[in-house]
Amino acid sequence: MASLDRVKVLVLGDSGVGKSSLVHLLCQNQVLGNPSWTVGCSVDVRVQDYKEGTPEEKTYYIELWDVGGSLGSASSIKSTRAVFYNSVNGIMLVHDLTNKKSSQNLYRWSLEALSKDSSPTRVIVSNGDYDREQFAENSVPLLLIGTKFDQIAETKRTEVLTRTAFLSEDFNAEEINLDCTNPRYLAAGTSNAVKLSRFFDKNKQVRKGQHSTVTQRHSSIHNFLNPGKKGTDFDEDVWIFGIVAITFHGKSCQTL
Amino acid sequence: MSFLVDSIIMFTSQVLFFGFGWLFFMRQLFKDYEVRQYIVQVVFSITFAFSCTMFELIIFEILGALSSNSRYFHWKLNLYVILLVLIFVVPFYIGYFVVSNIRLLQRQKLLFACMVWFTFMYFFWKLGDPFPILSPKHGILSIEQLISRVGVIGVTLMALLSGFGAVNCPYTYMSYFLRNVTDSDILALERRLLQTMDMIVSKKKRIAMTRRQMYQRGEDQNKQTGLWGMIKSVTSTQTGSENLSLIQQEVDALEELSRQLFLETVELQATKERIEYSKTFQGKYFNFLGYFFSIYCVWKIFMATINIVFDRVGKTDPVTRGIEITVNYLGIQFDFFYAISSNKSSNVIVLVLAQIMGMYFVSSVLLMRMSMPLEYRSIVTEVLGELQFNFYHRWFDVIFLVSALSSILFLYLAHKQAPEKQMAL
Repeated sequence: MASLDRVKVLVLGDSGVGKSSLVHLLCQNQVLGNPSWTVGCSVDVRVQDYKEGTPEEKTYYIELWDVGGSLGSASSIKSTRAVFYNSVNGIMLVHDLTNKKSSQNLYRWSLEALSKDSSPTRVIVSNGDYDREQFAENSVPLLLIGTKFDQIAETKRTEVLTRTAFLSEDFNAEEINLDCTNPRYLAAGTSNAVKLSRFFDKNKQVRKGQHSTVTQRHSSIHNFLNPGKKGTDFDEDVWIFGIVAITFHGKSCQTL
Repeated sequence: MSFLVDSIIMFTSQVLFFGFGWLFFMRQLFKDYEVRQYIVQVVFSITFAFSCTMFELIIFEILGALSSNSRYFHWKLNLYVILLVLIFVVPFYIGYFVVSNIRLLQRQKLLFACMVWFTFMYFFWKLGDPFPILSPKHGILSIEQLISRVGVIGVTLMALLSGFGAVNCPYTYMSYFLRNVTDSDILALERRLLQTMDMIVSKKKRIAMTRRQMYQRGEDQNKQTGLWGMIKSVTSTQTGSENLSLIQQEVDALEELSRQLFLETVELQATKERIEYSKTFQGKYFNFLGYFFSIYCVWKIFMATINIVFDRVGKTDPVTRGIEITVNYLGIQFDFFYAISSNKSSNVIVLVLAQIMGMYFVSSVLLMRMSMPLEYRSIVTEVLGELQFNFYHRWFDVIFLVSALSSILFLYLAHKQAPEKQMAL
């Protein structure tokens, strides 16, 4: 079980945005008391229930790789960091809501991680600038997380939220804004928790390589259920897939 | 009339320096951060501007530009302002920003900042006692008192930096010291690093699963009643938590190992890049400079020893050598500042940098007096009063020697330790 079901998610962002606090909150369900510098990479494991609430419920592990450092590091540090970017199933981009530069740097972070990924199916050609089309073709799911939400004054909240909405559009990703010192933001049942589990389920599916069969099945189901709607938004259909396609999957497993 | 013209010239040059410092701050120091408090930028630029103006005045002195009255006036003015900034403004703001970072003291920020400043002033004053820097006929708040203390601190700093730079620079540039690193070494280390990470992951999975099982079993066990049930619950959770703490210890050790491996890999990569660089034309040029420079540094260390042993005041200027070495070293210093700065402490770091820079420049002026021909010394002596300049030179030599020797020792140990680690891998 261990070697087959590895789901690896990178947690990237500038120094001091709160990646270690976030990872600790996600994995230990506790607030990190004494955050300190991350040297190299620190890994933590989250136990997640796939297809929660369905008969097909399965527990699996998500590895959160919290890579420390900054974009301006020496090239020796950057090339060593690249070792951690191999075979990644998902990326969480973390930025500090009180610091605009950390949000802007996320473009460079995602570029650094995706261009070093050694998967042979995707080649990213870039001259260092951000290119939206390339990110649209990107098959690694991204999640945008804004931290230190509590430190923003009430009056500035709408302005900040519009800015992050633009950002999540650029990355074609969901966004979550929270405060890593307050577990309330990720409590079960909140929209944040829902987005989080959707993201992790996406990673799991990308990993299993069911991606092609999944899209075929779900698009046919989708068109069946909503004949008027064209085009697909993959994560909306996860739920439909989860409920309806179980029978198909179960049957195909039985025949094997 | 000429006074007005001179003042305008001085003022424009100061504004220019201020703008330059502002730009430097924006482009270099605060590249990755957002400037939230402009006061830091302003203070830094002011310190920079006035430090540069002092050097400009020395140059004007030698060139004989501007009339000597206006020069004298501007010297005095500049000196007062920079002392004001270095002793009152910058330390206060450093204290203020340090205090704002500590969560406990948030409420009474100003009060605590003042307390920090008074502590600083107390130590600053006490600094004067053990040193023979002034004669008792001067008053308390005279300019000589302040300058002498600032001078001592600045000279110490300069000597420390120069000593370290004198040893570090040739070490960095000379290829003789570069260990031979091959690609396969790096790959082997990277593989080990990833293996360690995998081990950490599998252990953490075990911990998570065990914890989950304990939690679930704990729920079931709440339903178990009776004596037997209670005993069973106690023993099973005991072994469970003992196991957990054992695995947790292993995980901690592995994490430490992964950090070490990461740092070693970074060093190997850096060495490999330096080897490649040394093969280029530029690299060869710096290599040659490194050899030349190391001979120069050795000679300077020798001269410092001679000066101390034979109790003589150096005829050659420590300042120019100090400047050469530290200019090279400042590049490395900035890397160090980048490495230790973070969003919170970036303000403090920049202010500390401004303070060091200011003190450094003031003491440069002090030491430079020795190297100037007699006719130019007069104005400096007049402005700075009767300070014991010989003392400063001696003090510089001592600290320089101490710093250089300890850096040699430190680098030697580091160099010896590294190949041993390589063998152990």
